[in-house]
Amino acid sequence: MKRPGILPALTYRSATLIFLLVAFAAIPFADLGVSALHPGAEFGRLVGGILSPAFAAIEVRSVIWTVAFAVLGVALGGTAGLVLALVFDRFRTVRLVAASLRSVHELFWALFLMQITGLSATTGILAIALPYTGIFAKVFAEFFEEADRSAENVLPRDTSALSRFAFARLPVVGQQIKTYSLYRLECGMRSTLVLGFVGLPTIGFNLESYFKEGHYAEAAALLLCFYVLIGTRRLWARAATVPFLVIGSLLVLPETTGNSSTWRNLARFFGHDIIPAPLRNSRDGHTWSNFGEWAWRITAHQIGPGTVQTLILAQIALVAAGVLALLLYPMVARRFLGRFGHYLGRATLVITRSTPEYMLAYLLLQLMGPSMLPAIIALSLHNGAIIGYLLGRQADQLPLRADAPTGANLYFYGTTPVLYGQFLAYLLYRWELILRESAIFGILGLKTLGYYVDAAISELRIDTAALLLIGVALLSMCVDALSRNLRRRLRIETLPVRLSAEHRSNAARSAPYAGAPQAQQPVV
Amino acid sequence: MAAAITLDHVSAGYNGALVLHDITLSIEPGERVAIMGRSGAGKSTLLNTIYRRYTHSVALIPQPSALVANLSVFHNVFMGCLDRHSTLYNLRTLVWPPAAEIAAVTQVLEAVGLEEKLFARAGELSGGQQQRTSVARAILNGRPVLVGDEPVSALDRVQAGEVLRILSARHETKIFALHDIRLALEHSDRIVLIEGGRIVLDEPCGQLSYQRLLPYFEGELQ
Repeated sequence: MKRPGILPALTYRSATLIFLLVAFAAIPFADLGVSALHPGAEFGRLVGGILSPAFAAIEVRSVIWTVAFAVLGVALGGTAGLVLALVFDRFRTVRLVAASLRSVHELFWALFLMQITGLSATTGILAIALPYTGIFAKVFAEFFEEADRSAENVLPRDTSALSRFAFARLPVVGQQIKTYSLYRLECGMRSTLVLGFVGLPTIGFNLESYFKEGHYAEAAALLLCFYVLIGTRRLWARAATVPFLVIGSLLVLPETTGNSSTWRNLARFFGHDIIPAPLRNSRDGHTWSNFGEWAWRITAHQIGPGTVQTLILAQIALVAAGVLALLLYPMVARRFLGRFGHYLGRATLVITRSTPEYMLAYLLLQLMGPSMLPAIIALSLHNGAIIGYLLGRQADQLPLRADAPTGANLYFYGTTPVLYGQFLAYLLYRWELILRESAIFGILGLKTLGYYVDAAISELRIDTAALLLIGVALLSMCVDALSRNLRRRLRIETLPVRLSAEHRSNAARSAPYAGAPQAQQPVV
Repeated sequence: MAAAITLDHVSAGYNGALVLHDITLSIEPGERVAIMGRSGAGKSTLLNTIYRRYTHSVALIPQPSALVANLSVFHNVFMGCLDRHSTLYNLRTLVWPPAAEIAAVTQVLEAVGLEEKLFARAGELSGGQQQRTSVARAILNGRPVLVGDEPVSALDRVQAGEVLRILSARHETKIFALHDIRLALEHSDRIVLIEGGRIVLDEPCGQLSYQRLLPYFEGELQ
């Protein structure tokens, strides 16, 4: 069907061009300088530290708490998300709540929760559980929606809803739910590590002080420990070990100090702090005009400029991540690097993607001095590694004719053109994640939205911070909607986009490219 | 005696397209009716229409076996009687099946020759075994009118005849969609032929022969 309109039809080529143009147009407005006096020397000390990790410095407590917060946060979020997923398509409110929960980054949640529950385990767990509830609800709802319903349709009509669910729904998607939840634990650990950078007692807390003081050997040991935990996740986090992990985590939680004031904080938070200042006990007739002025001031001076900076960072990082992914994917493909080469490439990319981008940005800012460059590098490395890894795996699964070209010819004439739709699907999906992270990097001093949120919270202007967060949430919802729209118009909306969906795309290998007309033909 | 199934000038379809046109059909209790016709004639739509209108008296064998691949054969068969027990009992059976239920399910599985697969995962079964599981589920369900959409298509003729005989013994009224003329003549009392969504023939088997039915299936393998 031909769509009437002034705009030319969107193709892979025009979509790519538009994103490239936007990113290049943003570069003059981005501060890309290196202001550190001796970045080279500092980098040398970093490499030296990485090569001689000081394992004695590992604080076991913070490692355990990193895992415990993640286990409990993901378990809580997963359970709540499963409940929401059951009524997801029935209630608009549920969809809205889930969307709002996940559009606010866990670091922002942590900063807010600290106002009520302080630097406690509760803050750490809830900061993970709240956004993850939103994510789980949406993903599980998709699982249920896509699930085979034929067995459910045959059940006797009077079967109770719970029996129906337990016999004909849960067993159908159980495997998917299990795999996804356990994969999410990995993300949860990256998140809890980062929570340490704002003061919670996880690995990140130690890392921050090590990085700040240039103790790279100690930091390297701690990070190595983290990579081992992530790398062995499939060994210790299984369906059978989940009860032990949850109970164990509950037992080792740090003692909460000042727990008695939680209720008082809660009352103060909702009764006073979060109410916009002009609305608090004002009795004159100007309340609403004052409120309008207050909201306008914040929008014009904080949300506006913050949004512009966030978008500048996100758009440049998005394109950089895409370029990196296209360059890197042959590294993990057996077809290009052979058996041993691709294992090495895979290990490199897995380590890169396991490195939390916030921590990487923090480290690079220490090394290079404050500018947007470290943030762009951190975002593009992390996301480029994820997309490159997924593309490389798919490149190996493509059916090839026996006399297919090799090397550069295969790359340019074979795998890249065939995978390009899939590449755009991955990149558009990660657009919103990159944007959320760009906003967060404001906490590190960049003038993105997070900068204003952090400033407002540290000045205890919670009402301002709340309004800013609504701005952040709206922005990320807009980008999410735009990304969906583009994927639909490029006819790549049915392609897999999640890291954890890997096993599914493998299972459906016979028709992995349905819906992408340009990608339907195998390499010939 | 009241008819078990009555359709009076019924039209039906799906996705906005009309598949059945003005169907009038009455089936008495105790009858064995074979619904026949080329693929696409509207057999499945007719059976689904009957199922939707008589849900509370129909035990259904759908055309794809419609099993939950991750559950055992036992649980898939037990699903036929979920409405007869409390939710709590059903959940308990999911985790720890009571001996009485195992015995009941084993008994129907013996009838279809699948008793040694009692606790095998349904997803690991062959096509024919899955179909027999689906048949066992309908037997356990036990409602008086059996509606089977090609219930024996994955079985050889000997097995197919046996399964049809068992189903006939367990349910009062039987309505099967079948594509095998000999099987239909042998195992039903009456044949209803559909073409293009309309009934073109509705006669007792005694008045029908293989030769007379064959032209309706011209071009299809018999």
